[in-house]
Amino acid sequence: MFILPLDTIHEGSMKFLYIQLILMQVNSDKILKRVLFAASLVILLIAAAMVFSLFKGSLPSISRFGWGFLFSPEWDPTQGREHYGALLFIVGTLLTSVVALIIALPLAFFTSLFVAEYFRGTKIATIVSTLVDLLAGIPSIIYGLWGFYMLRPFIVTLGLSPQGFGVLTSALVLAIMVVPYATSLSNNTIMMVPNELKEAAYSLGATRLEVIRNVILPSARSGMTASYILAFGRAIGETLAVTMLIGNENIIPKGLCSTGNTMASVIANQFGEASGLQLSSLIEIGLLLFVMTTLINAAGKYIIKKIA
Amino acid sequence: MDQTTTLNKKYISTLSDKDDIGNLLIRSRKLKDRLFKIAAMFFSFITIAMVFLIIGSLLAKGLKQINWAFFTQVAPDTFSAMMAKSSGQVIPGGIVNGILGSIYLVALASAMAVPFGILIGVYIYENSKKRYAAIIRDIADILQGVPSIVIGIIAYIWIVVPLTKGYSVFAGSVALAIMMLPLIVRSTEESLKMVPETLKEAAIALGTPYYKVILRVLIPSSFSGLMGGILLAISRVLGETAPLMLTTLGNPQVNWHIEKPVSAVPLLIWQFYNDPNMVDLIWSSAVFLMGFVLILNLASRWICAKKKI
Repeated sequence: MFILPLDTIHEGSMKFLYIQLILMQVNSDKILKRVLFAASLVILLIAAAMVFSLFKGSLPSISRFGWGFLFSPEWDPTQGREHYGALLFIVGTLLTSVVALIIALPLAFFTSLFVAEYFRGTKIATIVSTLVDLLAGIPSIIYGLWGFYMLRPFIVTLGLSPQGFGVLTSALVLAIMVVPYATSLSNNTIMMVPNELKEAAYSLGATRLEVIRNVILPSARSGMTASYILAFGRAIGETLAVTMLIGNENIIPKGLCSTGNTMASVIANQFGEASGLQLSSLIEIGLLLFVMTTLINAAGKYIIKKIA
Repeated sequence: MDQTTTLNKKYISTLSDKDDIGNLLIRSRKLKDRLFKIAAMFFSFITIAMVFLIIGSLLAKGLKQINWAFFTQVAPDTFSAMMAKSSGQVIPGGIVNGILGSIYLVALASAMAVPFGILIGVYIYENSKKRYAAIIRDIADILQGVPSIVIGIIAYIWIVVPLTKGYSVFAGSVALAIMMLPLIVRSTEESLKMVPETLKEAAIALGTPYYKVILRVLIPSSFSGLMGGILLAISRVLGETAPLMLTTLGNPQVNWHIEKPVSAVPLLIWQFYNDPNMVDLIWSSAVFLMGFVLILNLASRWICAKKKI
């Protein structure tokens, strides 16, 4: 007689609890989804605001010089006859980065063959790849110091340039800095080459070199190209090491041993004291740098996506 | 009869000729193969030698200046450094203002970048099939490639000019946080991908609300990967100089005010480099910075490698 009501009460409260629990769960799931989505908006906003701020900051310079900014080799902050053009910095940046890439190419190519093919899976390969990755961890300013105090005297001794500053010195240091970026992805793509293909080539009597040339390189070529492109993007944006070694002279470099200036270096050197039109021109150089690195990285990523 | 012998002789001679050519071919192929291997070893050796050359020369020059005062005193001014140098003594003072400043900057930057980085990483992982998530991932990749000096300009425009009206800790840490964010996003996504789907499904089957699946299953089981990613991001920004030059400038004293400038170890190195009286302090600071960064770097690698589910 009195068991029934108790039971029904019990059942009823349990039902209520369940419903509440389910509601809570649905609710919490919804909240979670919104929080995650809101967080994703943050990075979107940062990127959009970045482009906007750079563009807004360089508006005075853009409206004053227009496209001529890109093609004028003159950088004159003298009051009254101010004129700014980015050509010499663009040339300096591209020249140092291209030379650096040319120097880094054999180092990176053979090191990734060493790690991913010749000594693949051995202890030596692990040690070598760890050491190469350590190169990526060394701060830029330390590369600059090393280049300034160790490499520069060496360049002077060789008689390449009187002070030791210049495109070649910066490119040498840059080359060491980008080797880890060029190797890590190449390693992966070389390791991804199917073993069956290599074994088939070996069974036909191919030597290792022939396997590398006819089997590994054709199928790893695009991945390796992508890694060199990404390394090039790194080299373009590198600031302090280059600033300490390029000589910071506002001229278009006449050769490998000539001094010059790069986009990142001129920002680092002049941003603190700049104002007005000069500041705006420096920000426009920053915008150019942003556009260049983004395009280069996008090209690299596009190639990687095509492989995958 | 004669004809056949000559023919035979001819045949034999051509055979041996062919054999010689074949031998020669094989030998040249083997030679090329060996030369190529030697080239590979040679260039790898150069790369490795560079690592030892850089680290070794820094250690050789910098270790002798490191003493107790190095970690407890602030950087000397030019005058006292000059006096010490002219009387042949070790330059007094240390880099404590830089060490504390670096820790302050990186801690603040991590406080901003780590929560958002993990949330965004979880978002990309959860919605990996969606186009929008793919776009977010691409944006993270683009941000990762932006040169550090450009990030310095951005923090200058966003914080230094309108907010703190001058160089400040906050501006510097925002710059570092923008650099850390994409690294953490990508490492979070990558380490979440490693968690077996079955673990997640088991939790969902028990009726666990999704935020608990994330907090109690996904994050704990990918914890080492997350930590490794965060440490790697910290080691990357710890040595950054260029963005700090545009945002926090440097400070001869220890400073804890968020709207005031602060020093950092890489900034001090830059300052020493530009001041001929302080050359001796460059090397010890550089050794300290490099040691710190490389230890963090190796630690992150070790943590990542240690635990696999």
